[in-house]
Amino acid sequence: MRQTVTCTVNGKTLTLDVDVRASLLEMLRAEGLTGTKQGCGVGECGACTVLVDDMPVDSCLYLSVWADGRAVRTVEGELRPDGGLSPVQQAYVDAGAVQCGFCTPGLIMSSTAFVERHAGKRVSREDIRRGHAGNLCRCTGYGAIVDAVERCLKTKPE
Amino acid sequence: MFDIRKYRQAATAAEAVRLLVEDPAARCLAGGTDVLVRLRELHPGYDNLVDIHNVAELKPIVLLPDGTLRIGAGATFTDIMESPVVRECAPLLVEAAASVAGPQIRNVGTIGGNLCNGAVSADTAAPVLALNARLRLLGPGGERCLPAAEFHTGPGKVALHPGEVLLSVDIPKDDRQGWGGQYVKYAMREAMDIATIGCAAAVRLRDGRMEDVRLAFAVAAPTPVRCPAAEAAARGRSPDEAAFLAVRKAVVEDVKPRTSWRATAEFRLHIIRTLAGRVLAEAARRAEGARA
Amino acid sequence: MAIGVTQQRLDAVAKVTGRARYTDDLGMPGMRHAAYVRSPRAHALVRSIDTAEALALPGVEAVFTAADVPRRRFATAGHPYSLDPAGADVADRRLLTDHARYHGDEVAIVVARDLLTARKAARLVRVEYEELPVLADAEAALAEGAPLIHAWRGPSNLIGEHAFEAGGSMAEALERADVTVEAFLTTSVQQHCHMEPFTAYAYMEDDAHIVIVSSTQIPHICRRIAAQALGLDWACIRVIKPYVGGGFGAKQDVVLEPMVAFLTWKLGGAPVSLELSREECMACTRTRHGFRMHGKAAARKDGTLTGVSLDVLSNTGGYASHGHSIAAAGGGKLAALYPRAVFSYHARTAYTNYPVAGALRGYGAPQVAHAVECLVEDAARALGMDSVEFRLRNVARPGEVNPYTKKVLDTAGIVECLEKGRDMFRWSERRAACLRTGDLRRGVGVACFSYGSSTYPASVEHAGARMILNQDGSVTMMAGATEIGQGADTAFAQMAAETLGLDFSCFRVVSTQDTDVTPFDTGAYASRQCYVASNAIRRCAEQLRGRILAAAGRMLGQPAESLALRGREVVRAAEREAASPRALLSLRDLALESYYNKEEGGQITAEVAHKTRANAPCFGCTFTEIEVDVPLCRMRVVDLLNVHDSGRIISPGMAVGQVQGGVAMGIGWALYEELLVDDRSGRILNNNLLDYKVPTPPDVPDIGAAFVETHEPSGGYGNKALGEPPIVSPAPALRNALLDATGVAVDELPLSPKTLYRHFAAAGLL
Repeated sequence: MRQTVTCTVNGKTLTLDVDVRASLLEMLRAEGLTGTKQGCGVGECGACTVLVDDMPVDSCLYLSVWADGRAVRTVEGELRPDGGLSPVQQAYVDAGAVQCGFCTPGLIMSSTAFVERHAGKRVSREDIRRGHAGNLCRCTGYGAIVDAVERCLKTKPE
Repeated sequence: MFDIRKYRQAATAAEAVRLLVEDPAARCLAGGTDVLVRLRELHPGYDNLVDIHNVAELKPIVLLPDGTLRIGAGATFTDIMESPVVRECAPLLVEAAASVAGPQIRNVGTIGGNLCNGAVSADTAAPVLALNARLRLLGPGGERCLPAAEFHTGPGKVALHPGEVLLSVDIPKDDRQGWGGQYVKYAMREAMDIATIGCAAAVRLRDGRMEDVRLAFAVAAPTPVRCPAAEAAARGRSPDEAAFLAVRKAVVEDVKPRTSWRATAEFRLHIIRTLAGRVLAEAARRAEGARA
Repeated sequence: MAIGVTQQRLDAVAKVTGRARYTDDLGMPGMRHAAYVRSPRAHALVRSIDTAEALALPGVEAVFTAADVPRRRFATAGHPYSLDPAGADVADRRLLTDHARYHGDEVAIVVARDLLTARKAARLVRVEYEELPVLADAEAALAEGAPLIHAWRGPSNLIGEHAFEAGGSMAEALERADVTVEAFLTTSVQQHCHMEPFTAYAYMEDDAHIVIVSSTQIPHICRRIAAQALGLDWACIRVIKPYVGGGFGAKQDVVLEPMVAFLTWKLGGAPVSLELSREECMACTRTRHGFRMHGKAAARKDGTLTGVSLDVLSNTGGYASHGHSIAAAGGGKLAALYPRAVFSYHARTAYTNYPVAGALRGYGAPQVAHAVECLVEDAARALGMDSVEFRLRNVARPGEVNPYTKKVLDTAGIVECLEKGRDMFRWSERRAACLRTGDLRRGVGVACFSYGSSTYPASVEHAGARMILNQDGSVTMMAGATEIGQGADTAFAQMAAETLGLDFSCFRVVSTQDTDVTPFDTGAYASRQCYVASNAIRRCAEQLRGRILAAAGRMLGQPAESLALRGREVVRAAEREAASPRALLSLRDLALESYYNKEEGGQITAEVAHKTRANAPCFGCTFTEIEVDVPLCRMRVVDLLNVHDSGRIISPGMAVGQVQGGVAMGIGWALYEELLVDDRSGRILNNNLLDYKVPTPPDVPDIGAAFVETHEPSGGYGNKALGEPPIVSPAPALRNALLDATGVAVDELPLSPKTLYRHFAAAGLL
C-alpha cells in the first residue's frame, strides 16, 4: 500500500512515494532528517515533535499520508538562511537548556510554535510550562527551557 | 511502521459510512492518538482502517440559528479550546479539552474519537453529560440523534450501530445559556495523564437557589455517569456548605468506582465525594455571573 | 581563567540543530533488526519453543533460543574488572534463558529485515512454560524454604549481606541518648526514563573483530563484558559510543551489546540492530532498587545526635546486575554526614521475581539518605529542636575523620551549605508563616546528605587523556570518560584550557569514544568523571604545555622556562598575567613549523593515564516548602532550593543544570514515580510513560541551586562530585515538609495521592 504525498518539508516541496503504514517520523528520518527523535512511539514524550502547518504534533503518531498538502517543519529547517541559529535555538544554547540533547529537537519545535503564537503577549512561566507539557525532558528539570522561551519572548522579533 | 493491513481514506462522512458498511470489520481512524497507539502495540482488531482524518465536514464548530452549539466530531481539542463560541457557550468543555494530554495530542486528537472509543476516562465525556448534549450520528439508514447519556453503554462500548459515524456533538441553547459550569480532572500529574476521576458540574440559579443541577463523573462507574441522587440533593437549595455536604453524601448512590492497580475504589470514592462538593460549588459561583 | 566560568557547551549547537548523531541516526545499509521474545510470566521454566511460524513469516532471517547461545554466564554490571575474584560482580546471565526470572525475561530473539516484521514474528514464537512460584517480596524470597531463583548459586536467594558499625557502638549511643526514634521505611522502584531508548547495533570488520555501536555510559567496560559473554579475546570487540541521550545509570550496565555482537557473528557479520521499545526499556532493562528499611536514631537533649542505625533489605529482582553493591555503596556514602555520631548499618540484598534493579543516579544513597534524614528529622522533633539547628550541630566539619573510611575530611562545606540555605530560603520566616490547619496547609522541610566523588577503594579509578596539537594550532582532546549529556566534554575542555593557558575556543573534544582509539577510562558513573579525569587532564595538559614550550624555546632560541602560553600565542612567562603581553609566536606558526620542518620537530602530543587513589565526600542539602490539599490528598512543591558543596565549581551554568535536573528527578521519585508490580503474579503493570509518572513541565517548580565552594586537594582543580548528589536529599526534605504541614509521618515513597490518602485516612484527617 503506497501513496504519493506532496508536501513541503522545511520550505522545500517534496513529492514522495510513501508506504501508508509509515508515520511522519519514519518518512522524515528516511529522508535523512534524523534530527527528529523517537522516544516512545506513542505520543507520550514529545521527542518527535514537528510542526505541521505551524502546529506541533507528535510525528510518531501522525501518518505520513496526512502530510499531503501540508507544510512540515523540523529542527533542521529552523536555521536562518545565513546558516545561523534561529532565535529559539540560540536561546536554548544561551540558557543552558541543552544536556543530553535527545529531547531538544522536539522541544525546540514546541518552543518555536509557542513563541510564534505568543509573540508580543504577556506570558507567565506557568503558561510556558503548560505550553510545553507534551515534551518530557529527564536532564534539565525544565527550568532552563522555560528560561530560554522567556528570553525569546522578551526579545523583540527582528 | 504501523501494522496496517487495509487502509481506505474517506473524503466525506457518507463515504465513511459506505466503507464501513462494505467492511464491517473496519474501524474509523480520526486523530489517531488512540488507534495508532493500539496499532503500535500490535493490538488485534485495529489493522483495518477507514481514515476520516481529512473529512472536512466533520471539523466545523458553529452556532446554529436556533442557538444550538454544534461541535463537529472531527474538531480537535485545540479547535475546541480556541473556538470563541465554545469559550462563550460551553466553557467547561474548554476546561475539559485543555486537560487532555499535551499540546501535540490536542492538536490532532478529536472530540469524536474521545467519545467513540468508549473510554470511561475520556475527558470530554463528563462535560458532554453535564451539558446534556445530543450526539448526531450518520448511518446507512440516515441520521439520528442520541442523548449523550445513552451513548456510553459499557467499558469501551458505545451505542454506534454498524456503519455509523458520529457527526457532531450538539448542545441546545437551553442547556448552555444561563448555566455555570466547571470540569476538574483529577490525575496524578498536571499534564499527559489519564483521569483518576473526571468531574463536571453545571448549575443554573434562580433567586439564589440552584434551580437546575447537573453533575457527571468519568471513571466513577463502568461508563461516564450523571448523578441523579446528588443532583436531587442540591436542587432547589441555596449553594451553601450544607447543600454541598448533602451532595457529598448523596453522590455515593450514583457512582460505582472500581479498584484497579491505578487506584482503589475507596480512594476514588473519597475523591468523587470531595470533588462533587467542590466542583458543584464552583459551578454555582460561576452561575452567578452567567447571563440567562 | 577557564575554570569557574560558564562556557557554551561544546555540543550545544550540534544538539539544537539536530546534527548531533545518536546511535539510531547512524545506521548501515542492509541493517537487520532484532526483537526479543519475552516471558509473559515472572517465574517459569521454558518447556518447549516452536519457532516454525515465526520463521515462516516473510522477512524473518533467524530465530535463536537459549539452546543456541553460549552456555557461559556473565555479569552485566558496569564495574571495572576486579583482580580479586572475590570482588567480581555476580555472573548470573546468559544471552537467552530457559528459566524466566522476571516478567519480560528474554527467552528467544528474532532477526528480520525490518523492525515491524521482527516484532510481529516475536509474537509468533510459541513458548510453552511451566509456572514456578513467584517471589515478589524480598522478605519472602529470603524465608526458609523459598524457591530458588538461581539454584546453581547456592541454597538461598541472598546475593549479599554486610554490616558495619562506625564511630562507636550503637548500643552505647542508645544508652547515652535522651530520646530514641524508630521508623520503618520503604522506597519505590524508580525507572531511569532516559529519553533515548536502549539501542545498539553491531557488524563484523573481518573474520575476528566485531564492532558494536551503542548508547552506553561505559564503552571500555562494555568491550570487556561483551567479549566475556561470547568467550572472545577482549580486543576482538570494538565499542563505539556516539552521542548518548541520557543514561542515569541504566546504561552503566551491559544490556544489549553482547546480544548484537552474538547476532552479527551468527549472521555472517551482517549489521544487526537491537532497539528496545519504551515499554521494554522500562520493564526489561534496569530500575532503582526498592529498599525496605528499619532504623533508629538517638539523640541527647543538648542536640547531640549520638547514633543512627539502619537495617536495609534491598530487592534486586531476577538478576543481580549491580546486586549488593548498591546497598553497600548507599551506606558507605552516607557515613561522612554525621561523623561524630555512631552509624550502624546492616544490609542484605535478595533476588526476587521483580524487574532487574541496577544503578540509578545516587546508587543506593537516595534510599539510605531518605531513611537517615527522616529519622534525624523525627529526632529533632522529639527534642523540640529546629530541624536546621539540629543538623548544624551534628554534621561534618573539615578536619574530622570519616568514621567509616577513617579518612580525614579535607573539605566539608555542609555547615556553610545549611547556613547559606537557611538564609537564602528564609527558613525561619517561612517556617513561622506556614498555616498548618484546615484543608490547605503549608509546611517546610530540610534534609542533607553526603556522597562520594569516586568508587575508590571499592574499584580502581583510572582515567586517560590524550591531547594533540593540530596543524592550525588548535588542540584536539580525547578523554576515555564519556559525555552522556552531563557536559563532561565541556568541563574537560575548560580544565585543559586552564592548565595550558589557552583560549577555551582552541579545544575540540572528540565526543565519540572508540575503544580501539580512545584512551582507557571506565566511564560515566558514580559522579566520578570530573573528579577522576581532572587529574589525568591536568597532567596531560602540563605535559602538552611542556612540549609546546620546549618546541617554542627551540624555535625562538630561548629557554622554555622563560616562555608561557596565553590565548593562542607563546608569550614571555613574566608577561603571562599582563594586560597585553607581546606575542612571540603564534600557536599556529609553531604547529606548522613543528609538523613540517624537514629536519626536526614532529606532531606534538601528550597522553596520560592516571589512577586516583582518593574519594572525597561531597555534601549538600535541600530546603523546601510545600502546600498540601488535605481532602484531595495532594501535595505541591511551592519552592525548593538545593545547596551543594561539590568543591570548586568548574562551570556554574552547567552545575546549576545538573542540580535542577537531579532535583526534578528527585521530586519525581519522591512524589510521582513507581514502577508497579503485581505482587501475586509478578506482572509489571505500568511500564509506559503514560502510567509511569515522570514529572512534566507543569509538575516541576522553579528549582533553586546554590553552591558553597570548597577547594578539595584531591580534585585536579579543587573539584568534587556533582552529577548524582542533587537527587539524594529532595525526597526526605519533602517528606519532612509533609510532616511539618500535617503532623503525619509518611514513611513510604512515593508521596503520591494514593499513598497520602491511606495515611491521611489513618490519621483521621479525612
